[in-house]
Amino acid sequence: MRLLTHNMLSCNIKGVTNGFPLKLEADKWVTKEVDLNADFLRGIFPKIEWSALLAAARALGFAELPEQADASMLSSDDFLRRFHHALLELHVEEGALVCPETGRKFPINKGIPNMLLHEDEV
Amino acid sequence: MPRPELQAPPEIFYNDSEARKYTTSSRIIEIQARISERALELLNLPNDRVPKLLLDIGCGSGLSGETLSENGHHWIGYDISQSMLDIAVEREVEGDVLLGDMGQGLGLRPGVVDGAISISAVQWLCYADKSSHEPRMRLKAFFGSLYRCLARGARAVLQLYAENMNQSEMIMTYAMRAGFSGGVVVDWPHSSKARKEYLVLTCGPASLQTALPKGKGEDGEMCSDEDDSDDDENQTVGVYERNRPRKKLKVNKKGKSKGKQWVLKKKEQMRRKGNDVPPDSKYTARKRKAYF
Repeated sequence: MRLLTHNMLSCNIKGVTNGFPLKLEADKWVTKEVDLNADFLRGIFPKIEWSALLAAARALGFAELPEQADASMLSSDDFLRRFHHALLELHVEEGALVCPETGRKFPINKGIPNMLLHEDEV
Repeated sequence: MPRPELQAPPEIFYNDSEARKYTTSSRIIEIQARISERALELLNLPNDRVPKLLLDIGCGSGLSGETLSENGHHWIGYDISQSMLDIAVEREVEGDVLLGDMGQGLGLRPGVVDGAISISAVQWLCYADKSSHEPRMRLKAFFGSLYRCLARGARAVLQLYAENMNQSEMIMTYAMRAGFSGGVVVDWPHSSKARKEYLVLTCGPASLQTALPKGKGEDGEMCSDEDDSDDDENQTVGVYERNRPRKKLKVNKKGKSKGKQWVLKKKEQMRRKGNDVPPDSKYTARKRKAYF
């Protein structure tokens, strides 16, 4: 699972009002190289919750994202490279996503997060 | 062999051996690729060469997702079968896949997705596998969460195999209630083998952008799967929007049954008026069986 996906996921357990962002606990992760596409990065940037991306990247040991980010930084190649790396090249293989409100853990195995809710959570 | 939906819930039906069979059948691969290409076409994404973030609902082993990747897009896939997803990972698909139940809601932030496709999956929502599964609740949760996570003006194209009209209508009803506008595009309506239905839904009110293209098989073109060539009618495909005009009921004034002559006369009258009337053929006013 890449951080792009993590940035979009929200916990939808019944009754939870703020299920975003899910806290990322990573036991195993890898880097997979992907071609950088500046157009895609510029297009997706407005939809990204920066603080969530920052925290998730830090959980994977990548601390090179700036604290704050705004659209003007998208013209900098250096920023684009870091953004690209954090968003698309870091893959979580084993770990868990934790709901910020209930603490419920969604395990990640073989890169696949298990988002199935139990009967009483629907 | 009854259809898969009547045999077992999807997470059980698509076990390891079925999943492998599905993914290694060249016929299935080819069909899925074609359907996915068509669904992507119907998504009507802007032609700006910018990759989009799409959803593949019921992504299975990643056959349809591959089409999205080949067209340069990023995608997030959902499936309920661990076996199918394991194969997707094995095949190193480029999208991220999640183990999830679409009937529980997609769990995505509002307005983040540029489009969604689903190939041969949504009809599974209509079958109650567990006592707590009420199909209506699941359809509501699915369409509600889908509507929320799509960006304004984005589309969802759902190719599905409904068992009957009731199912198609139920699915359509819940899509409309969630706020979608749209309709159904039917490719090759006359061929039982090749016929495919695509539910094309748009976020936001109906407009020029939501105008649907004609289904394939409209202009007399024959699809390659067509092995029966006895239909020479080219009827207009029924594309219905939220306001469907009510069918007029035939009123029998005389004691006798209406007969073919009366029907043909009436059709000619309507044509003279300028109405859209299907062409006459050997099937017009043919005697049907009592239970038709």
